[in-house]
Amino acid sequence: MKNTQALKKVTILFAGDSGDGIQLAGSQFANTTALAGNDLSTFPDFPAEIRAPIGTVSGVSGFQINFGSEEIHTPGGRPDVLVALNAAAYRKNFPSLKSAGTIIVDPAGFDKKNLRLAGYDDEENPLLNKPADYQFYEIEVTRLNRDAMKEVEIAPRDRDRSRNMFVLGFIYFLYNRDLEVTLHFLEEKFKHKPDALEANKKALMAGYNYGDTIEAITRFRIEKAKLPAGEYRNVTGNQALALGLIAASKKAGLDLFYGSYPITPASDILHELAARKNYGVKTFQAEDEIAAITSAIGASFGGALGVTGTSGPGMALKTEALGLAMMLELPLVVVNVQRGGPSTGLPTKTEQSDLMQAVYGRNGETPIPVIAASSPSDCFWAAYEGAKYAIEHMTPVIVLSDGYLANSSEPWLFPKAADLVEIKAPFRTEVEDYLPYERDVREVREWAIPGQAGLEHRLGGLEKEDKTGNVSYDAENHELMVKTRARKVALVAKDYPETRLLQGAEKADLLVLGWGNTKGAIQVAVAQALAEGLSVAQLHLRYINPLPEDLGAILQRYPHILIPELNDGQLVRIIRDHYLVKADVLDKIQGKPFLAEEILAQIKKVLKDGNH
Amino acid sequence: METTNTLSARDFSSDQEVKWCPGCGDYSILKQMQSVVPELGIAREDIVFISGIGCSSRFPYYMNTYGMHSIHGRAPAIATGLKITNPDLSIWVITGDGDGLSIGGNHLIHLLRRNVDLNVLLFNNQIYGLTKGQYSPTSELGKKTKSSPLGSLDHPFNPLALALGADASFVARSIDRDPKHLREILSASHHHKGTSFIEVYQNCNVFNDGTFLNFTDKKLKDEFVLLLEEGQPLVYDQGKKGIRLNGLKPEIVNLEEGASLNDLWVHDSRDATKAYVLSRFFDDSLPRPFGIFYQADRPCYEDDLLDQIDHAKGVQGEGDLDDLLRGKRSWTVG
Repeated sequence: MKNTQALKKVTILFAGDSGDGIQLAGSQFANTTALAGNDLSTFPDFPAEIRAPIGTVSGVSGFQINFGSEEIHTPGGRPDVLVALNAAAYRKNFPSLKSAGTIIVDPAGFDKKNLRLAGYDDEENPLLNKPADYQFYEIEVTRLNRDAMKEVEIAPRDRDRSRNMFVLGFIYFLYNRDLEVTLHFLEEKFKHKPDALEANKKALMAGYNYGDTIEAITRFRIEKAKLPAGEYRNVTGNQALALGLIAASKKAGLDLFYGSYPITPASDILHELAARKNYGVKTFQAEDEIAAITSAIGASFGGALGVTGTSGPGMALKTEALGLAMMLELPLVVVNVQRGGPSTGLPTKTEQSDLMQAVYGRNGETPIPVIAASSPSDCFWAAYEGAKYAIEHMTPVIVLSDGYLANSSEPWLFPKAADLVEIKAPFRTEVEDYLPYERDVREVREWAIPGQAGLEHRLGGLEKEDKTGNVSYDAENHELMVKTRARKVALVAKDYPETRLLQGAEKADLLVLGWGNTKGAIQVAVAQALAEGLSVAQLHLRYINPLPEDLGAILQRYPHILIPELNDGQLVRIIRDHYLVKADVLDKIQGKPFLAEEILAQIKKVLKDGNH
Repeated sequence: METTNTLSARDFSSDQEVKWCPGCGDYSILKQMQSVVPELGIAREDIVFISGIGCSSRFPYYMNTYGMHSIHGRAPAIATGLKITNPDLSIWVITGDGDGLSIGGNHLIHLLRRNVDLNVLLFNNQIYGLTKGQYSPTSELGKKTKSSPLGSLDHPFNPLALALGADASFVARSIDRDPKHLREILSASHHHKGTSFIEVYQNCNVFNDGTFLNFTDKKLKDEFVLLLEEGQPLVYDQGKKGIRLNGLKPEIVNLEEGASLNDLWVHDSRDATKAYVLSRFFDDSLPRPFGIFYQADRPCYEDDLLDQIDHAKGVQGEGDLDDLLRGKRSWTVG
């Protein structure tokens, strides 16, 4: 019998070369762990290159997972366990490991060549000079896996490709996980490749059994998390976003049209939707970003829910068409899965630096609602809500996600279709007295779609006369129309739910205000600060434009506001501009999400420095 | 429902004042369009005009149908999204040499290769009119304009060769000053299933007057205009001259000096190779062809997309939203 130790939560970082199958092993571990009933959060981190130079630090791919029997809000800050398949993975990730953490390495990845590629000097092998206080497991993954492969018909060059499954099997053993989810996955994946299926299954089992055979190893048990009752699934941000779009189109009774041009990290939304043709989803891989959005505008003109998705550089290209959509006053959802910028920037890394672009980045007076998702599963709700506002208010809406939310996963208490709020398209059917730009009390015009007799009309990007929509260069009319369109967008805020604190008291010395993916890290940091008796509260902003009508009164209650952002300070400027409050930014521009400890440290610093 | 046979050209004229310069070739094109559409057997509400930016792109405002005056160069992409959404619509893209071949060139070639079933009218006046007279991508080399005072350095596009290169399934040329011909081509383009590309030579009497004089002037046009007629030999100049193919090289022959009609190239708009040779009749050494250069039957993008959707529904069944939300693996807590 092995020793078994109970843990409340643990953070594991799988790391290896980008060709080692780390992402696959990590996501399998996440799926298995979710089904085992733990709460979890993941953070995949990989290079922009498909095959970055083998064995180098820049080619390291990582997958971090934080899971436990308690509520999990972040991928876990510093990992407890580092699995490093080569020296580069070790070199890159050792510094972030928790002190006295556990390190699992494959010595084959620390041979002369790998050490040199990782940038170690000849005498510098970390396995020969292990840092004190850390628990090292040297497992000869490569050799043991090759032994296992002897029983399988496989080309010698392919025999190491299943090393990721060996490692996964071993970790499954350590954490008392069932192999069933992964075995099932492999059977699906290699349905038509029996040799590969055999090899991968064999490797997985070999890794698991290896754990069983070695002496003096402690296994870990993590009880099920006490999550709210209901039916759950695991979901990534991009998956959730695609589901939200389909759900909204179904509830609104509209066809979904998704025009997109492949771009990291948004492409998975296109892939998800392209695989849903039996839901009537029409995906269009356009010739460029501009055609992606303009085709969606054409689809909306035709009565569909037009959607386009992209990332920062693509968003820049869509700017002119966004202005057109705003002028036409047609529904349109524009998803920006933000990544590191400017220009091509850091394609596979996360950042929140397109906020100003979303709120202000167009020619002319062009207000557009902006909604930001705050967790992988929240991408569903952001997309659903974005589509609802777009349709019901006849306006383009920007939904902001980012690379971190897009690829991370978490368990999701998914809704029943019947429980989703209704979405009602303001279609025009009455032929008499139709004026294309006549508005209701919410300043919303009606949607008359081609094919309806008697409602023929012309739309365009030129300024239009109030009510008739005819081209007009009249000075007074232009001002009236600009103000009317602004009021129409401002009135979207009437549909928002009440703004509520997530934690802390209605009056405190400091309010930590976040938006987007920072929610989890802030939640952990503020909870800790409260536990330490600090006077702090947390508010997370979903609606960036228009801002909630009740936000100003809440902000005024706090003498100091701290805004952690993965940019050089963008929301902070919007908040100062709107409310003239004392707000400071905690910025981080490293392509990585916040660690809770970074936010906690800043909370303490602000409270210490401030004269409250 | 309105019935189409009761409509006339006037029913397709909107209440908006037409604001092109007096004498502009666009007036004729608008008039021919307004007289052709009632004859096509389409209900007015099923017709949509989509344009970009430029003089020609004001066109939708003057048609009493559905329409959109969009942004520069993007009409083909907007029309594609609209057609995919509602394949029953008859969609006409109105563009110009700047809109369609310069800023929107990318969308145009991709529309043509996808073969979405809509009609593209490219008004070619070989100049930027709305911005007051800069050279365009079809202006002749050496053209002196405000932006090219010493002459344009840009080699011009040959729009029909470009369309053929993009595998367009219907390629034709007409001209503002030949109303009957233009009406015939508009009608034929409507009846073609797939993207129809029609280049219309259009005179800009303010910034580029007379650029197509060879094809409109009574004294010159016999010598320079070659009207293509299906199954007929290539004859022009009042039957005096014809075109013979020597291999793939076209030659002018004089029918009054012994050449026989039997030796002439017979027009076959289904022959892609000959269509390309015809498109290269592009300088004054050969007459300029007008008519349908090429047409082919090719599957349309939107039909194939709908087939895929029908097939997916057939194989996987009509998607159920709850199944989708649940995904492949779910578990229950509590």
